[in-house]
Amino acid sequence: MSTPFYVSPEQLMKDRADFARKGIARGRSVVAVQYADGVLFATENPSQALHKVSEIYDRIAFAAVGRYNEFENLRIAGVRLADMRGYAYDRRDVTGRGLANAYAQTLGTIFSSGGEKPYEVEIFVAEIGESSDEDQIYRLTYDGQVADEHGYAVMGGASDVVGGYLQERFTSGMTLEAALRLAVSALGHSESEDRTIAGSALEVAVLDRTRVQPRKFIRLSPARLETLLAAPAAPDSDEPPVAPPA
Amino acid sequence: MIPDDPRLPAAFLQPGTASFADFIAAQAPDLLPGRRTLPRGNAGDLAPHGTTIVAMTFPGGVLLAGDRRATMGNLIASRDIEKVFPTDEYSAAGIAGTAGLAVEMIRLFQTELEHYEKIEGTTLSFDGKANRLAGIIRANLGMAMQGLAVVPLFVGYDLRAARGRIFSFDVTGGRYEETGFHAVGSGSLFARGSLKKLYRPDLGVDDAVTVAVQALYDAADDDSATGGPDVGRRIFPIVHVVTAEGGHRVDAEVVAATADRVIAGRMGRPDGPVAPLDLPGASEGGLA
Repeated sequence: MSTPFYVSPEQLMKDRADFARKGIARGRSVVAVQYADGVLFATENPSQALHKVSEIYDRIAFAAVGRYNEFENLRIAGVRLADMRGYAYDRRDVTGRGLANAYAQTLGTIFSSGGEKPYEVEIFVAEIGESSDEDQIYRLTYDGQVADEHGYAVMGGASDVVGGYLQERFTSGMTLEAALRLAVSALGHSESEDRTIAGSALEVAVLDRTRVQPRKFIRLSPARLETLLAAPAAPDSDEPPVAPPA
Repeated sequence: MIPDDPRLPAAFLQPGTASFADFIAAQAPDLLPGRRTLPRGNAGDLAPHGTTIVAMTFPGGVLLAGDRRATMGNLIASRDIEKVFPTDEYSAAGIAGTAGLAVEMIRLFQTELEHYEKIEGTTLSFDGKANRLAGIIRANLGMAMQGLAVVPLFVGYDLRAARGRIFSFDVTGGRYEETGFHAVGSGSLFARGSLKKLYRPDLGVDDAVTVAVQALYDAADDDSATGGPDVGRRIFPIVHVVTAEGGHRVDAEVVAATADRVIAGRMGRPDGPVAPLDLPGASEGGLA
């Protein structure tokens, strides 16, 4: 009778984490940037049909990197959970925090259960409030950890390089144009070169609190992106941001 | 699934249906309006009933309007109930029948349309929406037979056909497309008679609002369950317009001003505008 090899729990978890991290690092980054009127998501995605950023509910959006089939399942679960809660109670009772918790429990349980392959995904759950102080961006990793991000957040591919770029240049209270331009140049930034990503290769969506409809999520079409990116750059830091913090 | 597993239930993560109603039918059937078993007997007198809804198409869109009364037997249960709801950006529904169930069905239908849109990334076709609503009504047949019927009027702008459309329903889920105009509810006979004389296919939006208010006035004139314009409390019909740009509720002040004009006209002639006796000439075309 053969004796099974002993593998320490630390090693086991590390192997699973490395496996998940490798899968996530293969994809392109997704950035979320807070601006005066909401939260903007951007990623390089040549497909117009397979989305990485989607609507969950009135004020809640979802973005993901990693394996498409896995995060698509999570997205659908989120839509079902949110719609069911909103139908059983009220639209205002659907919160980003509740959703982030459900995702965290799911990802965490799958990660630490021995029998299943960990999900190779990382996700953002963002919710906008009445003002930018109340906006929330949660970042969830493959093992179910939740981080509450402020201002901007990056996940996937070269997240440290893109994150470093954003850290240097992010200011609160930006306009939509400024936030978009920052997000797109951050996505094109790498240690060796700075690329300009064409509007047609971008997937950009915003949660915009100025929308009249209760559903605040809107995708920016390639045509709208070209217009926004072509708009003359706002004067640099001489002038105060559009909505100065109170 | 282990019962004390903290993760989302497996059914949530299962790819498959894009229908919210189908999903909760499997996961939380008690949330569906049509799934309850009632004791024998007629429950119709226990709950408030909504009354008259009118709809008409005009070039470039469609209009839906409802009075504000709910009745319970001989009593007025509500003077300011809202019976016209946007169901998504390009459609709206008005309800006649048991108010509580109807509001719940509309909520289910709204969620159904939004759920499909979010999961599939595209909206249902206009006929698809009408068929889903027919399914929701059909599921309520048992309760309809015990006096708790709900009969909606569904309108919207069909982006593919580029015109406004109207669908009426019966309690068995029958779905009928109406041309030009239609009315449902207790006062609908009188409203339809009024619409027959006042409606023409080339109405502008403002005139369509006037025709709707006139028709509801005529319904209230002869049907005790339909509420007329309440001048004392300034409660007037709710009017919803859907065009290619989406739907919006007509400003309450616009409706109030229209209602004031209609009432002023009725002071002179209580039966409302006179329709010409001559048949319209062949060149003008008949009414739909």
